[in-house]
Amino acid sequence: MENPCHMCMPMGGILALKGIERAMVIVHGSQGCSTYMRRHIAEHFNEPIDVGSSSLNEKGTIYGGEANLRQALDNISKVYQPGLIGVVTTCLAETIGEDIARIVADYRQERKLTMPIVTANTPGYGGSHTEGYWLTLRRLVETMAIATERHNKVNVFIPGISPADIRELKRLFAAMDLEYMLCPDIADTLDRPYLASYSKLPAGGTPLADLYRMGGAAATIELGVTLDSNVSPGKYLKDTFGVPLYSVPIPIGIQNTDAFMGVLESISGRKRPADIENERGRLIDAMIDSHKYNFAGRSAIFGDPELVYAVTQLCLENGIRPVVVTGDKSGNLSRLLPKSEMSAETVVLSDPDFDLVQQQVKAGGANIAIGHSDGRFLTERDHIPLVRLGFPIHDRVGGQRLLSVGYTGTMNLLDRITNTLLTEKHQHYRQDMYQKYYSKSS
Amino acid sequence: MSEATAAISEREQFIAIKGRRKNTIKCDTDSIAGCVSQRACVYCGARVVLNPVTDAIHLVHGPVGCANYTWDIRGSLSSGSELYRNSFTTDLREQDIIFGGEKKLARIIDELVAKYQAKLVFVYSTCIVGVIGDDLTAVCKAAASRHGIEVIPVESSGFIGNKSAGYRAACEALLKLVDPVDRREAAASKAINYLGEFNLAGEAWIIKDYLNQMGVQVNTVFTGDSTRDTIKGAAKASLNIVQCAGSMYYLAGKLEELYGIPYQQVSFLGLDDTAQSLRSIAEAMGGGELSDKAEELIRREIDRVSPIIKGYREKLAGKKAAVYVGGGFKAISLIKQFREIGIEVVMVGTQTGRQEEYDTINALVSDGTVVLDDANPAELERFMTGQGAHLLVGGVKERPLAYKLGLAFIDHNHNRKHPLSGFDGAINFAQEVYSTVCSPVWQYTARQGGS
Repeated sequence: MENPCHMCMPMGGILALKGIERAMVIVHGSQGCSTYMRRHIAEHFNEPIDVGSSSLNEKGTIYGGEANLRQALDNISKVYQPGLIGVVTTCLAETIGEDIARIVADYRQERKLTMPIVTANTPGYGGSHTEGYWLTLRRLVETMAIATERHNKVNVFIPGISPADIRELKRLFAAMDLEYMLCPDIADTLDRPYLASYSKLPAGGTPLADLYRMGGAAATIELGVTLDSNVSPGKYLKDTFGVPLYSVPIPIGIQNTDAFMGVLESISGRKRPADIENERGRLIDAMIDSHKYNFAGRSAIFGDPELVYAVTQLCLENGIRPVVVTGDKSGNLSRLLPKSEMSAETVVLSDPDFDLVQQQVKAGGANIAIGHSDGRFLTERDHIPLVRLGFPIHDRVGGQRLLSVGYTGTMNLLDRITNTLLTEKHQHYRQDMYQKYYSKSS
Repeated sequence: MSEATAAISEREQFIAIKGRRKNTIKCDTDSIAGCVSQRACVYCGARVVLNPVTDAIHLVHGPVGCANYTWDIRGSLSSGSELYRNSFTTDLREQDIIFGGEKKLARIIDELVAKYQAKLVFVYSTCIVGVIGDDLTAVCKAAASRHGIEVIPVESSGFIGNKSAGYRAACEALLKLVDPVDRREAAASKAINYLGEFNLAGEAWIIKDYLNQMGVQVNTVFTGDSTRDTIKGAAKASLNIVQCAGSMYYLAGKLEELYGIPYQQVSFLGLDDTAQSLRSIAEAMGGGELSDKAEELIRREIDRVSPIIKGYREKLAGKKAAVYVGGGFKAISLIKQFREIGIEVVMVGTQTGRQEEYDTINALVSDGTVVLDDANPAELERFMTGQGAHLLVGGVKERPLAYKLGLAFIDHNHNRKHPLSGFDGAINFAQEVYSTVCSPVWQYTARQGGS
């Protein structure tokens, strides 16, 4: 593989757990795993990212890492006084056959702990960070949700979107008068305001009290149409507690946002307020204003499958031809994407590396890339401009503040895309026309 | 909060306060589980040292993550090949863990060598490779003879030690490349090797220019902007100068033992260190005209740079700095460099400093300075605020913590895009300190560092 497109499973586990109230994470493996992932996450969010490690050494690798994991649990508890600890594994822990569920169960019993400890088996070789993310959410719900009385709140399972996106979703729920339990909720934990005093654990995150009560919710909305049902937390709640499940795409693009708002309307039994309807009207107005510029767009879209799916829809409905999109090894993305005149040239790459993306970008004549900052090489090597979206964004500030969901966020994202196409056009058209016509004319 | 931190009693022996509490600290040992160490792993140590070799295929034998997190991570510049800015991996999956990854590795080496016509491949071992027992050495040896090129295994399984073990693994890999030469001829040359210099933002080029002006040729840089051929020819030098000692003292020792090349420690961070290092290199190469040229260069540059540094010193005098960096060399240089701009270091720590480096640090700092090894965010927070630091020097992970605490911050990481070496670097450093300590943004925060 040349220049990987995805990260490893425990990375997803950390990202999911960072959105839980007063949670700490321990990565069971050698010291480097946690450090690399911390660095990667810190650089995107510009937030302190504290993650423990069981710091497995040679001895632990040969004789088992239980003592290391116990010591890590002790020390993390002492320094951070967390409300929940998540333990995720690594290649090393899984290859030497660590039974973390058993170790953690014994530890909790001996220490007479009431604090929940959630375990997720996330070997790096087992899948991508996206798979690790959903698996960890599923494990959280399996561990925490208990039979409880019915109530009016709605579970919302969130894929990899920005803190700004999550704040926008909350605004939409509030506008519809719906009470929600968002999981995970990184709106505050990974985008903290500057405060007069610093605390090691940020405020915010999904309240533990909500996690316990998810089985009694009025409904579950899962922003995940590309994931397999065996890692779907919504499917688990449906099967175990009979909570109705609505699987919808990330509300990026007018169709996807309509679908999302439609679900909110049907759960709440009320129509959207005029303000939101006006936002929709403004989006359509913006789409019309920009449609001819967008028609010149031929896009390459890469990143988390869920985000790729939603952005591909956005391109299709605005006349931007997606020529390359990346999916995972499940093949779900190619099944889901609609077949139309606009998508006639779309090539869906299954579990590719960036080398393959780059080849397809050339072959398909893409002129704009949409995705995380590893795509900067497409700009550096092939002069394809990149609209940064998703995780990680390491070479620009503000990845955590990018707003792309809902009617307003969609308009925001569409403007970023259109303006990137316009910048290219304005930079090159004089030279292009000169080269094409001047020599013939004189 | 500080009580909670102190509760991890095993950490006490890694922390000292100059003049008040013990003057030697424990270092160079495994991190304690659950302490949120800022250290990376053996593979990381090896990769950061070798990655600047520009015309090599850097192939990670392991799962996808290790290669992803280290793709193009250093700001090392190249004057030629850009091959080193790719991250290649065997992308081991579940099946490979069960059945072994040797065949896959061999196949991928073949494909990459054919595609890129490379003459050098570094194959890095990761945690699982050490456990599933792939015979890296045998696969590399077979591939090397198949293609008639160098395929070098790097023994960097993550659990076999800390980052220092990775430095050593990288040095072992480099040693395998160096060709023996006729020592009498080499000893008479006016060429030197520059070890522990990674050409971040062109730093190796800055120093090479100084040495050229003195009449000293740089033979091989380890490893900034180096190639297979320059490394192979490394034994054709009469002196090794070593900057980042943590990563390269092992290589320097080995090159002396095997090829009789003496070495000396240098530092090109700060005016004093840069001037001293140029003088001692001239001396070691025979003095005379070389020393005269060195003095001329130093005088000219100091005359140019001093007034600028003085301007910054007037604005910065009395501020207090905290330092948390990878190795001891960098920490020592920073203490001196801060003094040049009127700043005292009140907290200093490293991820992988050695005992003798901590001794030097202890001799340099003032009474009351906190010295700590393998620190974690809780300790950094406790000591930076407790010591009244105005700014922190660190890497990417430490930056957001400093900012959240209202402290200024200096990037001293692999990724930076501006040189800090030599006389130009001294100006850049002072300017960066000024840009962050004296920024108007702090007017709007509830607190700013200091006590």
